[in-house]
Amino acid sequence: MRAERSPDQDDPHVRAAQEARLREVWAPPRGFFLRWTDVNNTAVGVWYTLTAIAMLLFAGCLALVIRAQLAFPGSELVSASTFNQLFTLHGSVMMFLFAVPIFEAVSILLLPQLLGARDLPFPRLSAFGYWSFVVGSVFVAGSIFFDAAPDGGWFMYPPLTTEPTRTGIGADIWMLGLSFIEVAAIAAAIELIVGVLKCRPPGMRLNLMPLYAWYVLVVAVMILFAFPPLIAGDVLFELERLLDWPFFDASRGGDPLLWQHLFWIFGHPEVYIIFLPSVALFAMIVPTFARRHLLGYPWIVLAAVGTGFLSFGLWVHHMFTTGLPSISLAFFSAASEAVVIPTGVQIFVFIATLWAGRVIWSTPLLFGAGALAIFVVGGLTGVMVAIAPFDWQAHDTYFIVAHLHYVLIGGAVLPLFAGLYYYWPMVTGKKLSDRLGRLAFWMIFVGFNVAFFPMHIAGLAGMPRRVFTYPEGIGLDLLNLLSSVGAFVLAAGIAVVLVDLMLSPRRARCARNPWNAGTLEWLARPEESWGVRSVPLVESRYPLWDQPGFVARHDEGRFFLPDAEEGKRELMISSVLDAKPLQVGRIGGPTATPLLAALTLGGVFILTTFHLWLAAAVSGVLALGVILWWLWTGTSIVPEKETKHAGHGVVLPLYSSGPVSPGWWAMFITMTADATAFASLVFGYFFYFTVHAEFPPAAAPGLTGPGVFWPMAALGLFVLGWAATVGAREANARARVGAARALLTLAAAATFAGGLAGLAGPWSSGLAPTAHVYPAIVWVLAIWMAAHAAIGVIMQLYVLARSAAGRLTPVYDGDARNVALYMHFVAISAAVTFAVIAFFPELAA
Amino acid sequence: MSALYERAQRMRSTLWALILPPTIWAAHFLFCYVFAALYCAKAGTFAPLGVVRAAIALATAAALGVVLAAGFVAWAKSRIPGDPPPHDESTDEDRVRFLATATLLLAALSFVAIVFTAIPALMFEDCR
Repeated sequence: MRAERSPDQDDPHVRAAQEARLREVWAPPRGFFLRWTDVNNTAVGVWYTLTAIAMLLFAGCLALVIRAQLAFPGSELVSASTFNQLFTLHGSVMMFLFAVPIFEAVSILLLPQLLGARDLPFPRLSAFGYWSFVVGSVFVAGSIFFDAAPDGGWFMYPPLTTEPTRTGIGADIWMLGLSFIEVAAIAAAIELIVGVLKCRPPGMRLNLMPLYAWYVLVVAVMILFAFPPLIAGDVLFELERLLDWPFFDASRGGDPLLWQHLFWIFGHPEVYIIFLPSVALFAMIVPTFARRHLLGYPWIVLAAVGTGFLSFGLWVHHMFTTGLPSISLAFFSAASEAVVIPTGVQIFVFIATLWAGRVIWSTPLLFGAGALAIFVVGGLTGVMVAIAPFDWQAHDTYFIVAHLHYVLIGGAVLPLFAGLYYYWPMVTGKKLSDRLGRLAFWMIFVGFNVAFFPMHIAGLAGMPRRVFTYPEGIGLDLLNLLSSVGAFVLAAGIAVVLVDLMLSPRRARCARNPWNAGTLEWLARPEESWGVRSVPLVESRYPLWDQPGFVARHDEGRFFLPDAEEGKRELMISSVLDAKPLQVGRIGGPTATPLLAALTLGGVFILTTFHLWLAAAVSGVLALGVILWWLWTGTSIVPEKETKHAGHGVVLPLYSSGPVSPGWWAMFITMTADATAFASLVFGYFFYFTVHAEFPPAAAPGLTGPGVFWPMAALGLFVLGWAATVGAREANARARVGAARALLTLAAAATFAGGLAGLAGPWSSGLAPTAHVYPAIVWVLAIWMAAHAAIGVIMQLYVLARSAAGRLTPVYDGDARNVALYMHFVAISAAVTFAVIAFFPELAA
Repeated sequence: MSALYERAQRMRSTLWALILPPTIWAAHFLFCYVFAALYCAKAGTFAPLGVVRAAIALATAAALGVVLAAGFVAWAKSRIPGDPPPHDESTDEDRVRFLATATLLLAALSFVAIVFTAIPALMFEDCR
């Protein structure tokens, strides 16, 4: 039994044999078709990054057409209708198909390396997210070639966009295509949160985590609270467009402002979701080129966490001109000014670190410093527009266009170029050209300022955003011409970067860790896909600098898990606060299931856009089948033995369930996002109450219901389903398998009946969802619960089948615990839903 | 006081403690916004804000109290015996002191942000 005594790492033959086994286990699939079944983060991360950069270039080309049209007054290069599609798609692609995906892409690529982990805990989920992103972005971005692109602006305000006669299929493409991308974002968030909290190497306590990991953690949590309100908004929006349920139609009790609230509860945190990961790159680059530890580590954590929170209190500053009471505006103005504090703190920390260090002015640092300069200008105009009276003047003018580009290009795009130059050697083993890089930087920096600075003045001179042309001689001609010239210089700078990337394959390999950095990601060797040779013991924030012999010990496999004796892909699962090793986790290898799941689930969204209901339903059933197959064959696998030697006398279990396991965390995080979407719908219900003098409306046919009986019956059945599921978990854990199976059957029956009873309320009282917004919102809440009941029933029956097949036992019971956790959330949602729809009408009366 | 200080030092430190102060900010912010919005939606454009001001004053006092308490605990824990900052060793003490320092900073930020949120209640007199 090789595993029972420590292997002799001094023996080169032992090490070579270990390396051969690791290489075989982590080998990427080869062949023209099979290579796309790879799920390893080193492959998926690279594809993801390249696809997101392709989207950046695509949306950049759209911007060039916009600038060409606006270069001269009265230009007729493109029609007004095409122009609408251009700016809508430019904004939507940049925000949804570049900025957020590039965060996910870079994090999937870097995070495991930063944590000395071999991969993320759910590599197949990463692959699923990537393929979802590909399907969704081809669908949304491709629409412009069929003159069918969305044209209502990137925030899609109703009632313009909910009226099918005014906006064509483009609005549906936007809603359904991007909803699908949002699913991918939440998948990435789950992956990254569990990765940061549970996959750190031994010794890397919270106070030693690379700052990039802190930022990733904060941003991923923000995604969980920011994207679901938009998904809820999308649901309401599509129900209005497809079924004529009047959520945003003021003539039938709806309110377009609800969309603005839901959109911007997403949209403002989104800015920080884009900005923080780029600053995180900066937090890795600055210490390397200042040749010292970053100063003020807890201050950066303060900045990341503080910004993450405060950014949720800013959304109404996009709605200052909608006529809300002044005191409401003032709260958001106050929060908008407060967020300056943590944002400023991190900039001062970087400056202080550079000041205290011996700075090497490398190309990445040049991009980073230029980024900060631009971002600070954008931040200062942000302080201006956060003041409501100023915003009343500047709203919807080019001043805002200038402000947001200063923030986003300074805060996100340029730091990403810094990261590109910094991390290219880690991924490819080759450095990019310093000469071309510096040339590109100066072209981009000068081009950017020439393009966007005049927009401040054009905006103050009264030029509204989104106009496709302007008359001659009103003081806008020169400003617009300057902006267009600058835009093309900026684009030429980006072309130089592309040339640099293209030349890379012809260049010689550079040394490993060419920047002489101190953090774990520089252990990587581009030719190996195992991530780390052995999982290191970390005692410093910069182990490569501070721990003597660290790289050699790692390379010789002298740390943990230096082997793959059983031929399985393994990673270390550790505790949240102190990174104490808890488990050797086994993760999935190459498979086509994530790709198939993304294609079939994408089919549901795409076919729905074209009202092909039957085909969409078939695609949905296929998606369900693929996902069940994926779960059945690839998750919660009973290991061949209970424990394993991880090295240095540490013996760890190969399986865990409940709160120590990554799967439980993933379910918890998923359901947090789900609960946020649910809360957004409930918010909608009460929002309508605030805007109407009488809500629910006066009794009339189709407007009265759903009564008390059916909602309470539904609640009772849901609680029974929950209790039986929890009972089944407990019975199973006490080895009473028969009782567990009986309880699961009862749970499935009760949950199913609960979903139906919930629908019976609005059905039996004849609530007519197209007549008024009140019946529509009640129906939506009831349908939400029915859908959750359906998913719950599938899960309960799945656990039952796992038990019957011997894949779930009293010891290996992860599925039962995860489904019980799901049912906790469903039970809480049911209590809220049915209490609100049954009793609020009487309370309000 | 010193008994309180010692008790604070013995409290268990978790990641949840880190996000307590900003969560209090969020709760206070939402309360102020929702209360004022509901009141103004139902009472009319010219309704005086007397009730709203009183409610915000109470909520602000309560929120600042909790944030101060969280800050006190964090301050005490950041001073448990051991080395001075930067708390960058892989030891129990340094992890505790780091979390406490970060919590203390967040408590300070939350305190300022709560005061910011309360200022509009001093400035506005009606729902216009």
